[in-house]
Amino acid sequence: MEELENNNHGEAWKGGDRPFKSSYGKLMMWFFLITDALTFSAFLVSYGFFRYTAVEPVTEKSLWPVPEEVFSHFPFLTGEHPLLFVALMTFILIMSSVTMVLAVNYGHKMQKKKVVLWLSLTIIGGATFLGSQAWEWGHFIHGDKGAIQLNRNLEVVHIAKEDVIDGKDTMVLSSVYELMNADKYGHHDFSIDTVLNQLRERPSFGIRLANKDYKSNLETFEYFETSEPLEIILGAGLKKNEYGTQDFGDCFFFITGFHGFHVFSGVIILIVILINVIKGTYQRRGHYEMVEKVGLYWHFVDLVWVFVFTFFYLV
Amino acid sequence: MSENNKSNWWIWKVFWILLGLTTVEVALGIFKVNGFLPHALVHDHFIGLKWLTHIFIILTLIKAAYIVMTFMHLGFEKKSLRWTILLPAFILIPYLLFIVLSEASHHFLMNG
Repeated sequence: MEELENNNHGEAWKGGDRPFKSSYGKLMMWFFLITDALTFSAFLVSYGFFRYTAVEPVTEKSLWPVPEEVFSHFPFLTGEHPLLFVALMTFILIMSSVTMVLAVNYGHKMQKKKVVLWLSLTIIGGATFLGSQAWEWGHFIHGDKGAIQLNRNLEVVHIAKEDVIDGKDTMVLSSVYELMNADKYGHHDFSIDTVLNQLRERPSFGIRLANKDYKSNLETFEYFETSEPLEIILGAGLKKNEYGTQDFGDCFFFITGFHGFHVFSGVIILIVILINVIKGTYQRRGHYEMVEKVGLYWHFVDLVWVFVFTFFYLV
Repeated sequence: MSENNKSNWWIWKVFWILLGLTTVEVALGIFKVNGFLPHALVHDHFIGLKWLTHIFIILTLIKAAYIVMTFMHLGFEKKSLRWTILLPAFILIPYLLFIVLSEASHHFLMNG
């Protein structure tokens, strides 16, 4: 090998056959991860584009839904718990990243049993994350507050009600279910006329516009004269969603879905590798580099989630 | 056993750092909802973003750096490999951001 280096590559080439001092497999995983990182950054940047352009022309108020209001639920708990559930999901994914590092670490030491233990825990973490995401998707699709879609710019407005906070009369966000005295976990199909009639009969209810301005009951019907209510939206799909602009729902499904698919394939690959570890394939091979390569992919999935978490849920 | 624990201490150190940063982020997010944060942080803008958003982005980048440099071991790889991987991201992602977000403001100006 040394001879080859000296004879064929001259003085300038000092890298030998491994210029990066890293194996072929690890390098290729890194190069794949670069392209994947660029794909995800394109998604997040286009999310930024949609959000940045969803602004009311004159007042410059944002028409984008408020994430803390959309993602405010926690399994088995009632009431509003903004960010708590995604924080838990983030914790689960970071934790599974740690167990992955430990698996790689024990792989270097050729301790098969420890690798099996930590790799299994990583798989459990990944599967738990996927389950949490399924719950969140289910909740997102079923919806929480309901909304009215208007014909002007397809604006989505929410039901609001009068309330007294600190001795002051104000308006707070309510829901179609509260207005209709209906159970929000049931399946409903309210027609626009029944909701408008109910709104007329209950003067303490009004609406909140997409720009987050509240309208009292009287102002609501004035507003409806220039912007006609079309239908009631309950929950979310790809064409419309109760949270606000269509782009919001599409970005949610696409970006968290693409990330979730990465987690899913990660879990599958981890299971395959775990089976190989148990069979002793890497012990015989003399190194656990395969665990290391999957580890790179797994940390990347965690890395992407760190960004999705910030730009989707926090900002 | 003690030898194993010694060589693993850095993993747990990074874990606590990541957990701490996430906790700070979530706490700031919840304080924002409850209105506990200073008005300027939530309402004043700096180069098109709220100050709070800048804080979130900085914390996120610190977390990302820890994951890439320690968990993914890039900090311990050869310098040439490190830059081969980081440079495309450092050049292309800001470029994409610049192009798309400047187009977004154009879009906004034309409609506004």
